[in-house]
Amino acid sequence: MFIQILFYLFAGLTIASALVVLWTKNVLYAAFSLIITFMGVAALYVFAGADFIAVSQILIYVGGILVLIIFGVMLTNRLSGQSVTTANHNKFTGYAIGWIIFGTLFYTIYQVNFVSIANIHQDLGPTGESTIGIIGVKLMSSYILPFEIIAVLLLLTLIGAAFIAGKQLKGK
Amino acid sequence: MIPIEHFIYISAALFCIGIVTVITKKNAIVVLMGIELMLNGANLNLVAFSRMDGGLIQGQFFALFVMVIAACEAAVGLAIILKVYNYYKTTALDQINELKG
Repeated sequence: MFIQILFYLFAGLTIASALVVLWTKNVLYAAFSLIITFMGVAALYVFAGADFIAVSQILIYVGGILVLIIFGVMLTNRLSGQSVTTANHNKFTGYAIGWIIFGTLFYTIYQVNFVSIANIHQDLGPTGESTIGIIGVKLMSSYILPFEIIAVLLLLTLIGAAFIAGKQLKGK
Repeated sequence: MIPIEHFIYISAALFCIGIVTVITKKNAIVVLMGIELMLNGANLNLVAFSRMDGGLIQGQFFALFVMVIAACEAAVGLAIILKVYNYYKTTALDQINELKG
């Protein structure tokens, strides 16, 4: 019972801060409420039994990507002393597409009978044992190929981003 | 414990909020934030279904790789935005409309 209330609280927090990202005109407010969205999603991962993914979410998204986004906001700020604002365009098209897709998804999810699917494989839920052992072993045995490809991709990203945003040397 | 359709409703809502953010916003960095919202919605969907796997948590591996790819894409996207800002002196997307090098 208490767990249900906590889950609805975290879900409401996540969706409310995502709506703040959508509706605010100040870019820095949007970045900071995106932090709250990512923390809320990490809490929802814990409710789904994915503890390693939850901690990775906080590390990668809040500690990496959001810091990068705030750097980007600060570096593209032309007016000193005023907050960076953004305006909307294509409002009718955007909201129409959003509502149509959400309506379609909502209707489809409503029709599915999840109880009969759960009889094929049991719905385990958070079992109380950590997933980090399984992830560690399988990442080196079953999923070694995506792991190595991700490593090469990270190397490419490092070199590419440093090259694109770097300063050109004089005389080139 | 918590029925799985709650997770899927939340993931659908996050995805649709991300789509509306990408379409309606003029600042390039806020569009990037909308893309991150969409990726998080899809990740939540994957992790929610990984409960029903019977021990092999395949959805969580997929979600881990999606997270790493999102980090790479955010880094390269911001590098490109910085370069475009140096040239156009603005991040408003409707003023960036020339392809001349």
